[in-house]
Amino acid sequence: MKKGLLLIAVALVFSCQQKPAEEAPKTETPPAPVEKKEEAISDKGIGPITEVKLGPIDQALAKKGKEIFDSKCASCHKLEEKYVGPPLKGVTQRRKPEWIMNMILNPSEMVQKDPIAKGLLAEYPTQMPFQNVSQEDARAILEYLRSVDEGK
Amino acid sequence: MPTQKEAVKSVAPGDVASKVYVPPGKHDEFYVFFSGGFSGQVSVYGIPSGRIIKVIKVFSVDPETGYGFTPETKPMLMTSHGFIPWDDAHHPWLSQTNGEQDGRWLFINANNVPRIARIDLSTFETTEIIEIPNSAGNHPSPYGTENTEYVVAGTRFSVPIPQKDVPIDSYKENFKGTISFIKANEPGKMDVAFQILMPGFNYDLARCGRGPSHGWCFFTSYNTEQAHTLLEINASKNDKDYIAAINWKRAEECVAQGKYQEMPATYYHNYYDEEKHMAVSEVKKSVKVINPKDCQGVAYFLPTPKSPHGVDVSDDGEYIVGGGKLATVIPIHSFSKMLKAIEQKAFEKEIDGIPVLKYDAVLHCELEKPCLGPLHTEFDGKGFAYTSCFVSSEIIKYDYKGCKVVDRAPTYYSIGHLLVMGGDTKKPYGKYAIAMNKITKDRSLPVGPELLQSAQLYDISGEKMQLIHEFFTVGEPHYAQGILADKIKDKVKKIYELEKNKHPYAVKSEKDARVERKGNEVHVYMTMIRSHFTPDNIEGIKVGDTVYFHVTNLEQDWDIPHGFVIKGSEDAEILVMPGQTKTLVWKPKAPGIYPFYCTDFCSALHQEMQGYVRVSPAGSNAPLKYYTGTAQK
Ligand SMILES: [Cu+2]
Repeated sequence: MKKGLLLIAVALVFSCQQKPAEEAPKTETPPAPVEKKEEAISDKGIGPITEVKLGPIDQALAKKGKEIFDSKCASCHKLEEKYVGPPLKGVTQRRKPEWIMNMILNPSEMVQKDPIAKGLLAEYPTQMPFQNVSQEDARAILEYLRSVDEGK
Repeated sequence: MPTQKEAVKSVAPGDVASKVYVPPGKHDEFYVFFSGGFSGQVSVYGIPSGRIIKVIKVFSVDPETGYGFTPETKPMLMTSHGFIPWDDAHHPWLSQTNGEQDGRWLFINANNVPRIARIDLSTFETTEIIEIPNSAGNHPSPYGTENTEYVVAGTRFSVPIPQKDVPIDSYKENFKGTISFIKANEPGKMDVAFQILMPGFNYDLARCGRGPSHGWCFFTSYNTEQAHTLLEINASKNDKDYIAAINWKRAEECVAQGKYQEMPATYYHNYYDEEKHMAVSEVKKSVKVINPKDCQGVAYFLPTPKSPHGVDVSDDGEYIVGGGKLATVIPIHSFSKMLKAIEQKAFEKEIDGIPVLKYDAVLHCELEKPCLGPLHTEFDGKGFAYTSCFVSSEIIKYDYKGCKVVDRAPTYYSIGHLLVMGGDTKKPYGKYAIAMNKITKDRSLPVGPELLQSAQLYDISGEKMQLIHEFFTVGEPHYAQGILADKIKDKVKKIYELEKNKHPYAVKSEKDARVERKGNEVHVYMTMIRSHFTPDNIEGIKVGDTVYFHVTNLEQDWDIPHGFVIKGSEDAEILVMPGQTKTLVWKPKAPGIYPFYCTDFCSALHQEMQGYVRVSPAGSNAPLKYYTGTAQK
């Protein structure tokens, strides 16, 4: 019998103080003035990334992203199955690219404040760690996940 | 010694609490590094709160982290006497640049098997240990120079040099001392630059000069009687012993001119490579020894009453205070007078090629009736010196130029060393002094016959010293050094970066986790992340195998270590920091199923972080098999 991974919903939630990345956001165009309203949490998540412009899949970037993903993410995320964290196939269709990058770069604050991330922590009780990835690395991971979802 | 009633009375008016209260979440102003004495380690406290924030592993094995148990760290504790799991660590010294603390390293001596360790203040880990040859009882150490050119060492116990089998009562004829200078300003390159052969006295404490006296280091000596038994009486006969003044710039010249002997000696130099997460030992085979007879001007003796302990140089580099622990005065020497006396050859006599200067020619003044048992002195940068007095249990504050006591404060009880923040630098911070007390009875709730030592914090910013706080310390601190937190806190590492991990058995990705057999050796390349191991089920291990669990923590987040241990392990656990690799070696003795688990509460599912190893009988054909979850390999 295959040993499935049991995830027990535990009421305890551990989080640690995580400073958001200190660099200014890297965007392809200068960031548009963002209205800083606390109540209006957008579907872009919370963190350093306010806008990502997507083009056609950059294969070299996706390849780099896969390498980083294998080293720093794959211990907890599979593509097709629930593991320590949710399966990631289709994530680029479910979430905005900014949300994905903010979740990678700013997971502690995301699970405290972002309604979707909060819900995920209730379902997968292991706090997602920040894995010391740069914004460039996070962008590469996003490209890899896009390439998976677009079957390229 | 004050009675308990007096002690209680002295316990501070109510307003002192605000001076030491650091609210939860706020940080202290100073780091203070206490030596652990017989614990062999260093403990770090925040001041003024007195909260302990770290124990640094140095000379003693540590079952919490595996220090001294793992193949990566065992070489750190190698010596010419073999693997030594313990030592007696006395004096921390913070590295300096231009006579001010620079926050790079902390050095500390091992007293029993003579060694000096370097602790890197970006990781608070011991990264280097050098053994001192031709030495016994490395007490006057490490007390470095103004730019950390050297840290120093000296023999508390004189012994035959080189060692030989002689009757102990041939002491005067056969026993010698040495004073050593160890290159210290390049990590990984500590080296005994040279040793100076000294008469067979006991060398006790040291300080190097600064400013005008940069280039010189000073060492106290006692037992100039050269007794070898019942020193309590036989080494307390002479009215004066000596402070040895060593001109290390002159020693450098003599080395350059070949005025030294290359003496065979075996000693270890151990270095921890932070990228490989691994220590290596090298064995050195000889050392340069300078005989003062062949290198005129390298050493002088300053007569100093009586069995002096501390020898401390003022922040301006001019005054040298001797802590004559059996003396009725505190002698304060003048460096400029010393230079003049040398120039005028104001010598009393010569011992083994070392001129003894005339006491009156070097003395600035004697502080009369200071206290009983003066030991050790530091400076506040405002013209005052503070000396600890063991017998009368007090700190005295005095104007060392004018030779006048201005204040005294009791300590509870029997103070050894004291510390003034930055008190051995060109620019002391002053503000606080800390008494390290040897006797603690009645100062805390009773906990059986063995009590911790106490530290007492004094506010010295005003005219009068004021006792404001008391806390208890780890081991037996002999000395401590304090540094402004700002000089360290922003460069402290939070993780080891996985990308930089060059441990030969590291795996940086779960997909590379594996198990390999090489004859009777089995190497498990294992990863850990909240909250599982990969692999977590292993079969095919046999009785007679030696299993190496090389465990890499894939986390890259601050303060997320994971532990690893397996049932029946004869070593300590390993506690692996984020991005680090450590190895636990295990020799299973009987067939069966052996669980392993994470010992550090790491997540909500920490209790699920576990695995099994199946051990089959010796000689069985059980194939190697390993997997985690559905990812069966
Ligand atoms: Cu764990």
